[in-house]
Amino acid sequence: MQEMIKLTIDNRVIDAPKGSTVLQVARQAGVAIPTLCYMEKINEIGACRVCVVEVAGYRGLQASCVLEAAPGMVVRTNTPLVRQARRVNVELLLSNHPDSCLTCRRNTSCELQKLSHDLSVSKVSYVGEKTDLPLDLSNKSLVRDPNKCILCRRCVAVCHEVQNVGVISVSARGFHSIITPDANRQLGDTTCVFCGQCAAVCPTAAITEVDSTEQVFRAIGNKMHVVVQVAPAVRVAIGEEFGLPRGAITTGQMVTGLRMLGFTAVFDTDFAADLTILEEANELIQRVKTNGTLPLMTSCSPGWVKFVEHFYPEFMGHLSSCKSPMQMMGALIKSYYAEKIANLPPQQIVSVAIMPCTAKKFEANRPEFTHAGVQDVDFVLTTRELASMFKVAGIDLARLPTDEFDAPLGISTGAGVIFGASGGVMEAALRTAYEWIAEKPLAKLDLTAVRGLEGVKEAVVDVPNLGQVKVAVVSGLANADKFLARQKAEGSSYNFIEFMACPGGCLGGGGQPRMKPNEASLGKEARLKSIYAIDQELLLRKSHENPAVQKLYADYLGSVGGEKAHHLLHTSYTTRGRFPWRKQS
Amino acid sequence: MPGSKCQCASQGELDPRWEQLEEILAAYKGDAGALIQVLHAAQDVFGYVSEEVQEKVAEALGVPISEVYGVATFYSLFSLKPRGQYKIGVCLGTACYVRGAAQVLAEIEKQLGVKVNDTTGDGKFTLEVTRCIGACGLAPVITINEDVYGRLQVDKVKEVLAKY
Repeated sequence: MQEMIKLTIDNRVIDAPKGSTVLQVARQAGVAIPTLCYMEKINEIGACRVCVVEVAGYRGLQASCVLEAAPGMVVRTNTPLVRQARRVNVELLLSNHPDSCLTCRRNTSCELQKLSHDLSVSKVSYVGEKTDLPLDLSNKSLVRDPNKCILCRRCVAVCHEVQNVGVISVSARGFHSIITPDANRQLGDTTCVFCGQCAAVCPTAAITEVDSTEQVFRAIGNKMHVVVQVAPAVRVAIGEEFGLPRGAITTGQMVTGLRMLGFTAVFDTDFAADLTILEEANELIQRVKTNGTLPLMTSCSPGWVKFVEHFYPEFMGHLSSCKSPMQMMGALIKSYYAEKIANLPPQQIVSVAIMPCTAKKFEANRPEFTHAGVQDVDFVLTTRELASMFKVAGIDLARLPTDEFDAPLGISTGAGVIFGASGGVMEAALRTAYEWIAEKPLAKLDLTAVRGLEGVKEAVVDVPNLGQVKVAVVSGLANADKFLARQKAEGSSYNFIEFMACPGGCLGGGGQPRMKPNEASLGKEARLKSIYAIDQELLLRKSHENPAVQKLYADYLGSVGGEKAHHLLHTSYTTRGRFPWRKQS
Repeated sequence: MPGSKCQCASQGELDPRWEQLEEILAAYKGDAGALIQVLHAAQDVFGYVSEEVQEKVAEALGVPISEVYGVATFYSLFSLKPRGQYKIGVCLGTACYVRGAAQVLAEIEKQLGVKVNDTTGDGKFTLEVTRCIGACGLAPVITINEDVYGRLQVDKVKEVLAKY
């Protein structure tokens, strides 16, 4: 039993577990103390001081996020002094913040704006110098606007503690303090993996994804042949932007919405996920049979891939040569679809991908995925950007009827949809690899040991004709970093490891609808449940049973792992180094 | 800082200071907590912490370069640029200020042709300002390395600088 203490908050006596902070106790008791810099367990630094409270017997106001609740403590959260201090603190932040709320990308979703409103800040009493720094437009994924930064350090905490990339830190001091990537460089020149977890937690518009919505609107408006694919994690998250409950499944409404926007064809990345599984299961079996490089490591997550390229080049040979589902679909759209279905040269097709991910924007622009000047995926939009396009176009997702993806690149199985959750690729691959090797149906499809939001999951699967297959599933790059360091030191006994850059997998991607820091795990749980609910309800749940994929091999690709499949569906990687700005010698 | 090239890098292993740095780093390998000490030691060797030095420190201690840069720019004791043979510190504490330190500073800037925190082209002087150095009775005060010049009048600045 947890030891309990009693303390008084706003004249109420409250029981609380020993070791809690005053903020946690207050929130539990329904007292909404505002916070800005605080993220439980990730960023508890008492920096912004909007959570201040009065405590009897203490000198001055206390930051409740870092104050441990003590027995008999008498806390007051709503006194004239507290209210004034919170307002002054917000006013001071606003005194060095642009007044461009109405045209800001975070208008109505900005935490600073909301806080200013909630605290009824009606003026800014302090006039002084304002930061005037250039935007960082150095890359295809993320834009940094240091002028909108309030130095809450949430991005820094996530980059260092959750992702172990550590590419951004605070430099200089006082008024000149600024968040800078790798020794004052532009993000595009650094080890940033573009996972976008910083953009997901930024309370303002200081870090956002590169906005590609206008380019897509323009392509459609210019009557070009614009096709779109949608990743699995998008359909269980985008509803949140339209007032639907967390995890609402909106697959069919989303398809309707995409047609209303004017896309010529609406495809499902899940189809390409099924295709990935066939190629990757085959790669796993080949590597096992030929004593190839093991463990095999998945390569669907572009943030993870770039992480390996920078920090663990010794493991690059372990990465599956399979392109990600998005890039497989892109390659097929500009080849198979162009030749056989649209009857158009590839350069006349605009290929758009809706992804829960900011790193996908970087991935689409990797030179490996451009052929004769034609990019396989021309534009990547995040879930948030698609929601914005719907809103601009007056499309209320919540009220739309459902529709189906277009055949054949929209036909998929349950194995494809679970790619959206950490553990999904592993489970899907094993469903197929098992049946291929054992040559008999898998009795129980649900590999629950690799499901869930834990950072590291492991399982051992008995496969007839092969023996025991030992697998691991890792999500979040800090977990990946620790896992790889251990593999490096102790050697590896695994056959197959799934890695995803973002904690929980794509459902927690950097391009997903933002969640309040204290509601993030609830939100991810809901999305996770929905992903597996979709899988559960499908008749076809094994990638190799996807009839459209089978037909594609028969009509176009030839055999799994064959020459054409290899040419279109596989790729290679690049060593990037810890200090990528150094001239390669 | 991008663009500010370290001249010692091109000399590579010929420069014994890199060996000294390697010795320091070997003693603190993997010790992220020693960042400040190591930066001090590195600055003692080179006179400043260049980008190359920061990279080596980051690599040896297992700390992201962003953090090394963050610490190096937070503490005013660390310099990211080469500093001159003689460091001039002009005290701008209250007592010195009211007795004309600002005019003294302006005169030094004029004489040397540099601004605060810059180094003369010949690498001889680096001009810095300091808070109170505790010699208020001698205000206005400047220091040049270990030498202290008190009650310094503007018209004496040229004479003082000429000693170096």
